[in-house]
Order: sequence, then structure tokens, then C-alpha cells
Amino acid sequence: MYFPISDSHIHPLYLAIVGFLIGVLGGFFGVGGSFIAGPALRAVGLPWNFAIGTDLAHIVGKSVVAAKRHRALGNVDLKLGLIMAGGTILGAEVGAQMIQMLKRAGNLNLVVSLVSIAMYIGISAFMSWESWKTHALSKGRKAKRADSKSDHSAFSHIARSIQKLHLPPMINLPVSGVKAVSLWVILGVAFIGGIFSGFLGGGAGYIRMPAMVYILGIPTHLAVGTDLFEIILSASYGTFTHAVKGNVDVLIALVMNTGAAVGAQIGAISTQYFAGPKIRLAFVPLPLIGAAIVIYTLMSGHKL
Amino acid sequence: MKKDTATTFKALLIELAIYAVLVIAYFFLVLHFLGDWLYQLETQRRYTYAGVAILLIIGQAVLLESVTTFLLRLLRGRSE
Repeated sequence: MYFPISDSHIHPLYLAIVGFLIGVLGGFFGVGGSFIAGPALRAVGLPWNFAIGTDLAHIVGKSVVAAKRHRALGNVDLKLGLIMAGGTILGAEVGAQMIQMLKRAGNLNLVVSLVSIAMYIGISAFMSWESWKTHALSKGRKAKRADSKSDHSAFSHIARSIQKLHLPPMINLPVSGVKAVSLWVILGVAFIGGIFSGFLGGGAGYIRMPAMVYILGIPTHLAVGTDLFEIILSASYGTFTHAVKGNVDVLIALVMNTGAAVGAQIGAISTQYFAGPKIRLAFVPLPLIGAAIVIYTLMSGHKL
Repeated sequence: MKKDTATTFKALLIELAIYAVLVIAYFFLVLHFLGDWLYQLETQRRYTYAGVAILLIIGQAVLLESVTTFLLRLLRGRSE
């Protein structure tokens, strides 16, 4: 199929399958999946700028489907998502400015690569350690299937300490079961996620989702659903700015979303059958895939 | 339990088959007609193109989500 905007020929079935796979991951883990979509679009010859912009447009559509499904399952905290979107957009702008500064300094690729490798491996290591620790602590407890949404973490005390931090205004998040947390803490978490989104590209759900669980104390299912809702807003902003710069082939994104619509629903529905620690443990390989891609790029000099 | 899994799997396959037919029709009808118009818009009016792109993506996502939900309900006889 010919896509005139990016002047490229790509088989629509390939796009639908890639969209489906990313949809399943996004619906289940609350991530954008740019670490797969970017290389997958590059692999069929789409120019790098179009791969980034089109991926963002596809993320918007996939997140709408997954967030709608999560909302129906009661997994979206709209209030939290709206607050976080502001911090993320601001952070993404700062991240983009940091990229410009590094470009001028002439060591962009090395710094971004090293930071991302450290981040990806650090997140994976921490989450696997925490999930195993939580799993070990909860061993012996009889978990009923009806309790699959109930969440516990070996690091709940950290979130509780942060919630006690009295920095007005304090926000009540009844949907997430958080009585009071400082607005500045929420904005800070979103801002840092946004910086990584602007700095490393994609939606940075691999940072924001764990941060919502461990820092804000949001149950994992709600963190996944709310992150997806938040991604709709921040990725829409990113899509608009990239489209204005001529980096978005919306036709490719529309075709990818036909597969993502099914995948995202399957991923979102699947979260019902897994408890929070298991979702977090299954999340562990995702940042490692991202790290492997960056290491390959750094060593071979080829951008995937 | 095994019977439930088999029923769910069968429903999913039927759903995917119906969905594939709808998507193919969509490729040929909608994208074919939209292609030229979007290309013109992208080369001549970038800001309009950016706004239209987001509206199309969100609109399509809502539509596809409704279609898949409808198919799920129709084939499994219950709401997910």
C-alpha cells in the first residue's frame, strides 16, 4: 500500500500486526510501546522523523481504545490523569530543550544512550526485586480471584511517607484510594516522566507507571489505566507539534490502529486476571528490550 | 473451565474474522478516499492537517472500540 504523505510503500497487514502487538502491551502495561513501534517502522524504511511522529499519533489512538476499556473496568482516575497531563507536557518541553542543548554541545547520542540504558536497567532491576519481595511476603496468603485488583507492595511504606508530606494544596484521590497527597508531588512525578518523554522519545510510560505505584501509592491496575488516559493528552500534544513540523503520516497511524483496537482491548481485559505484583513482574522485560535496542544502536552505529 | 476457554477462544476467532472483513473494507473505502485529501492538506496547510490528524485518530479509535465492544457482546452474549 502506498502512503503518499511519507512517500513510502508498506504492507497494511504488517502495520496492523505491529499495531496489534503494541496494543496488547499498551492495554496490559499502560505503556505507549514506542520502543517497539519506532524500530518496527524504521525496519520497513520509514524515515526516522516520520517513525517518531507517526508512532506518537498511533499511541494516541491505541491509548483511547485501552483507556476506554480500562475506564469501563473502573481503572481510570480522571482527576489524577488531568493533573499529571499538565506536568508531563511541561516536562516534555524541558526534555526537548535538553536535547537541543546536547545537540549544540555535540554529544547528544552518547549522553541520551547512556542515560536511557541506565534508566531502563535500573527500572527493570528495581521492579523485579520489588515484585519478588512482595510475592515472597504475600506467600501463604490465600488470594482469591475476586481480590485480583487488590494491590500490595513491599514499598508501600515509601508511598505512605510521601503521602504524609504536607505541601499544600493537598489533593484527595478517592478513585485511587489516596486520601491526601501534595499536588506538587503529583506534578513532580509527571514532570520527571515528561522530561524522559521529551529526552528519550515516546510516552515514557515505563517510568510513569512504576512511579505512580511506588511514589504516589496508586494501585497497579489504576496506574495502568490512568497512565493510558494521561498518555492520550500528552501524546496528542506531541502529535500536533510533530504534525506541524511534517513528521506525521496519519494514514499509517490509522492503519496501525485497526490492529491496536483489538490488541488494546485484549490487553486491558487481561489485567483483570492478574494481581498487581504479577503485572509489575511481567513488566520487567519491557525496559530491558528498550535497553537492548539502545545498546545495539550504540555499538553498531545503526539506528533501529 | 476448559469448555469456557474453548468458547472464549472460538468467540475471539469469529470476532477477529468479522473484524478483518470490516477492516479490509475500511482500507479500501475510507483510506483510499482520504489519502489524496490528507496529502494535499499536509503539503498546503500544516496546522489544519495537525488538527484533522488528531481528530481522525481519536474518532477512529472511538469507532473501532465501539465496534469491537459490540462484537464482543454479540458473540459472547454478555458485557465484558
